[in-house]
Amino acid sequence: MADSNQQTGTTALQLAAAWLFVGIPLTWGVIQTLINAMKLFQ
Amino acid sequence: MGFLDRSHSIAGPGFSRWMVPPAALCIHLCIGQAYAFSVFNLPMSKLIGISQSGPDDWKLTDLGWIFSIAIFVLGFSAAIFGRWVEEGGPRRAMFTAALCWGIGFLISAYGVYIHNLWVVYFGYGLVGGCGLGIGYISPVSTLIKWFPDRPGMATGMAIMGFGGGAFIASPLSVWLMSKFSTPTHVGVLETFVVLGVVYFAFMMVGAFIVRIPAPGWKPEGYVAPTQASKLITTSDVYVYDALKTPQFWCIWIVLCINVTAGIGVLGQASAMSQEMFPGRITAVAAAGFVGLASLFNMLGRFVWASASDYIGRKNTYFCFMVLGFIMYCSIPYMGNTGNIVGFVLCFLLIYTMYGGGFSTVPAYLRDMFGTRYVGAIHGLLITAWSMAGIFGPVLVNYIRQYNIDHGVPKAQAYNVTMYIMGGLFIIGFIANALVRAVDARYHMKPESNDGAAAAMRAGAAAKPAGA
Repeated sequence: MADSNQQTGTTALQLAAAWLFVGIPLTWGVIQTLINAMKLFQ
Repeated sequence: MGFLDRSHSIAGPGFSRWMVPPAALCIHLCIGQAYAFSVFNLPMSKLIGISQSGPDDWKLTDLGWIFSIAIFVLGFSAAIFGRWVEEGGPRRAMFTAALCWGIGFLISAYGVYIHNLWVVYFGYGLVGGCGLGIGYISPVSTLIKWFPDRPGMATGMAIMGFGGGAFIASPLSVWLMSKFSTPTHVGVLETFVVLGVVYFAFMMVGAFIVRIPAPGWKPEGYVAPTQASKLITTSDVYVYDALKTPQFWCIWIVLCINVTAGIGVLGQASAMSQEMFPGRITAVAAAGFVGLASLFNMLGRFVWASASDYIGRKNTYFCFMVLGFIMYCSIPYMGNTGNIVGFVLCFLLIYTMYGGGFSTVPAYLRDMFGTRYVGAIHGLLITAWSMAGIFGPVLVNYIRQYNIDHGVPKAQAYNVTMYIMGGLFIIGFIANALVRAVDARYHMKPESNDGAAAAMRAGAAAKPAGA
């Protein structure tokens, strides 16, 4: 594996990919929970 | 495995610090699955009987121990391995956490296959629990070093992920079990295998992208304070010296009380809401209430920790103690007057503060003890969580049962517990008020700091001045 500290600079694409990688599953989980929580008001 | 070394994870020029929170979230979103483990309890009680529990099936009471062991091991592994995590760097810790967490699932799958609950206790409880503890503290000090200007927000983001992990794990596990189940098989085994592999891969992404700042790095435009303010030190305290300070134990008490109050009612939220409002809150509505409570728990982790960067850590905990006291003392009134809206609002605020207590504490420790060993000290403090995990449910469940056994109506069976919780917040308020700046005799000496840094770079343990 390449020495990881040789990387110079973070591109906007890398930043977006990293946030989407964690953001998409988290958003999906929050939506599922919100759908479940709506039962309180039914 | 040089890739895992601390020296190999130092950020190069131009590395964005905003890559580090996603790395931390990769870990916390996975280990947060622990909060959703209960979705396996019922299917695991029908592994043999399939449609209903058979005589040789595991009992729900025995299955409940899997989660309890994991949370207990979380607290103690964080305490035991804290210094190792701190000195070895975040990448080695994240890799180890991923390995423990993934292998824990695979061992548990084997336990399900041979139908031996002890193997599951060992796999998920012990091995997975070590993954929980190491994973929980692994990104904390790294985030604090990358965000010296907003440490509360940074750690709040990561610890929010721990709350959010259950949101993903719960529907994902149910979906996987539905895909793997057949008329003769409940699908738990395959679900454990898939989760183990997926979580390992997801956590490894975090381990790969995490970086530590280069020595001397600071955010653009940020001027580090040269003199300690009243409650924010510029010095470091060695991990085991922190244990000798009253500040550590005051914060331990504050956290323990905050978690005790929250964890007790969080576990009983569904039953409590139905019993306090019989016929008005149905089981379905109660499930919705639990979901909403989890969301507020997660949001509180980010919002309160971020707010603490502006109002200060001590003031944030004062808010928790004062508001917690008011909320807990109000709940019996809400129950007696049938005020469901007031009841729900009280609890939602309590849940934000429960989550906020977890996420604000790393920054509180950083303010008190400096950044050098904050992750390890945080690990030691998490034992408060383990203790609260025992106190909270005991307070709620046993006092409720005692009241019911002595003829108190179910709708009022929680009132005494609520007042006791309120009383605990007074103790917490006093403990928080006693927090002062750490005495200078506990600070690591500058020459020792240099030596420690050199030793750390060489991969050896630092020798503290005050040890």
